[in-house]
Amino acid sequence: MGTTQLLFWFLSILAILGAILVVTSKNPVHSVLWLIVVFVAISGHYILLDAQFLAIVNLIVYAGAIMVLFLFVFMLMNLNADTEPQKNRWLKIAGVVTGGALLLVLVAALKKADLKAQMAEMGKGDIGLIHNLGLVLFKDYVVPFEISSVLFLSAMVGVVVIGKKAEEDKTTLGSQKYGG
Amino acid sequence: MHLTLLAFDWALLLEKAVLILIIISVSLLVAMYETWGERKVAAFMQDRRGPNRAGPGGILQPLADGLKLFMKEEIVPLSSSRFLFVLGPGLAMLTAMMTSAVVPWSSHFHLWGRDISMQIADVNIGILYIFGVVSMGVYGIMIGGWASNNKFSLLAAIRGASQIISYELAMGLSIIALLMISGSLSLRTIVEQQQAHYYYVLVQPLGFLIFLICAFAECNRTPFDLSEAESELNMGYHLEYSSMKLGFYLFAEYVNMFVSSAVMATLYWGGYDIPFVNDATLAQHIGQNPVAILQIVSLFAKIIIFIFFFMWVRWTIPRFRYDQLMKLGWHVLIPLALFNMLATGAIVLWRG
Repeated sequence: MGTTQLLFWFLSILAILGAILVVTSKNPVHSVLWLIVVFVAISGHYILLDAQFLAIVNLIVYAGAIMVLFLFVFMLMNLNADTEPQKNRWLKIAGVVTGGALLLVLVAALKKADLKAQMAEMGKGDIGLIHNLGLVLFKDYVVPFEISSVLFLSAMVGVVVIGKKAEEDKTTLGSQKYGG
Repeated sequence: MHLTLLAFDWALLLEKAVLILIIISVSLLVAMYETWGERKVAAFMQDRRGPNRAGPGGILQPLADGLKLFMKEEIVPLSSSRFLFVLGPGLAMLTAMMTSAVVPWSSHFHLWGRDISMQIADVNIGILYIFGVVSMGVYGIMIGGWASNNKFSLLAAIRGASQIISYELAMGLSIIALLMISGSLSLRTIVEQQQAHYYYVLVQPLGFLIFLICAFAECNRTPFDLSEAESELNMGYHLEYSSMKLGFYLFAEYVNMFVSSAVMATLYWGGYDIPFVNDATLAQHIGQNPVAILQIVSLFAKIIIFIFFFMWVRWTIPRFRYDQLMKLGWHVLIPLALFNMLATGAIVLWRG
């Protein structure tokens, strides 16, 4: 067992432990923080696979930006464990059944998989390096890449439209002075 | 297992460990004397003397301040969440320190038959790594502010975090224009290109200006220190902190200032390049090691100029109002950065 494998096991255990704690934490803010730990661990996996660009983008976008927005919402809503409304019992049972079904499907699918052949190459291969990734994206997959960016643009325009509407409401209330 | 574990390049490991130790100690030392320098600069601008009791010219003042912070009573509010309360300042310090890993401090030393590179990690995603660490830096403020269980701290933390996120965008866009010219994300390659040709501030003056403003905002320095606006929020996100935990927050700001000065010098002002001198020919005349030392001196001179600039601005310009801050970020800096990016792209294409 070399360093790579030691790191792999460390990161895997960290990721799984973090994921379990995301679900079991009573406090939503703690859940978000554990989710950040999971993202960091997964970024570590990407680095082991030599996909450094993916690793750092995962950190910047997911751990750095999206999770901050989650934290904003949770912190401002001031959700506490004791104020959390108790869910319906039937809802809980339904949740267990559907979750169990998903687990069953996943185990059944993974049981068939040939693990030896699916072993990822660690510490070698250069497909994930930023140079090669850029060449692939802008040569072989340039049309899907551009289309996905158009999709992002339309989402952004949508957000601006929604945001503008809220601001108009505010001006009618005359409370725009400290807005923004 | 034990055999492969021993198969490390132990010399490399030792070399990097020593380098990390040196860089962290130097960062902390510089941060310590930044506090002294800040007070001296403030005093100079306000026609005072500044600290002058401890040692000649008050040179021992930072030690006295540090001792004071260590000796103070440590208070953890009862209603705070204790673990996160301690984690906050630790995280702030950690992220402040981590950025220095990809900065090349000098070319290399030649000692004991080895070339010892003066950079902890020359990764090919150096700039993105800096962005990754900066985006994690938000958590130190947010966790600390939230864990204090105090409305003022929380408001300040959210202010600080939204400010950092907003200015990160403009910072990233201004960097993209630089990357179009350099074609590399590695900081060492960028410095070497500048050594061979010209400093990138000459071709990217607008990009540098945007980067500089964003660096001020990322460090929570005046005129962007909205998260510490004492007239509105008492002390800001570290209101509940005392003793060395408070010290960590204050110190992290100074470490951030040091590291962002180093990054600015590296990206736009040639990094460790000695100005007006061809380093390679100089190395042939006086040897590699003296040149490496001179390069460190050169980089530190650039860093100190930037740090002075940070202080100069702090004691000259008053604080923005919050809506002005957001307006500057979203309505001025981001369109400017986009324009800079398009213009750079057009020129690069035109020149082929």
